Amino acid sequence: MDSATFIAVISIFTAGLTIAIGSIGPALAEGRAAAQALQAIAQQPDASNTITRTLFVSLAMIESTAIYCFVVSMILIFANPFTNLVAETAAQGAGG
Amino acid sequence: MEISPDSWILFEWRGLELNATIGFTWLVMALLVLGSWAVTSRLSEGETVSRWQVLLEVTVSAIRDQIAEVGADDPGKYLPFIGTLFLFIATANVLAVVPGYQPPTGSLSTTAALAICVLIAVPLFSIGEQGVRKYMRTYLQPTPLMLPFNLVGEASRTIALAVRLYGNVMSGTVIVGILISVAPFFFPVLMQVLGLLTGLIQAYIFAILAMVYIGSASRTRRRADSPTASQDNTETGD
Repeated sequence: MDSATFIAVISIFTAGLTIAIGSIGPALAEGRAAAQALQAIAQQPDASNTITRTLFVSLAMIESTAIYCFVVSMILIFANPFTNLVAETAAQGAGG
Repeated sequence: MEISPDSWILFEWRGLELNATIGFTWLVMALLVLGSWAVTSRLSEGETVSRWQVLLEVTVSAIRDQIAEVGADDPGKYLPFIGTLFLFIATANVLAVVPGYQPPTGSLSTTAALAICVLIAVPLFSIGEQGVRKYMRTYLQPTPLMLPFNLVGEASRTIALAVRLYGNVMSGTVIVGILISVAPFFFPVLMQVLGLLTGLIQAYIFAILAMVYIGSASRTRRRADSPTASQDNTETGD
């Protein structure tokens, strides 16, 4: 197995692992936040405007952890810096 | 597959390349400026009000209310900055239903530029309210030991702001692209609808977070200035 294939295999494997592990925490946290917000709205329907706004903002903050993982896995698959590096060194090796 | 509109060259003229990010940013800017110019040139105070004027009035007053709810005393001061952020991001994201259009917010360059605007606006608003010395002193709160943490916090929240918007919009584009090759027609449409919702929510969140950052920079000052007044406020609030 040459190094380009090796990098591709490890990148794809790591991308899957990143999004799999990285989405567990935010999923649990978002579920908890939504459940608590529903409970709070049920107890105090008058404050539902404030609660909903805070819920949306905090959901976005929580979700950003999962989004970071997604961005990292997308970079690993579509914009991996090491594949270009290997191609350049291979070209240099062939030229020199 | 392309994950950003940066590498899509719209046209090239004597070595000057215009990529899709800049091109569509100009399109959104032109749409907003020309649209609001066309409406505000024919404002009326009489009994008949055109529906476009009503649209603008509703938008502006809604943004004003949201800024006031986050805790600014004087929403008018923050309205130009926060409102522009919200309107630009919302328009850029909602236009994604138009075929052939790629949201410029799906490029890290655009979102980083917007986040840097917020990074600069926070000290500007804060210094304008309380002066340079008092603003600099907030970095030494609560103890001078916290200086590096405050600086890192400032930088990391800017990066988070940029990557959050970029990741959300880019993920929508990428998922639609993948689904088109897997299950054409039906599921991509569903994801586009979801993308509209996410785009609007992200625009709202970007603007609200910018306002929260600006507001928190001036609120620490207010609490430091008059601890009794804020205590009174909380007591009456209870």
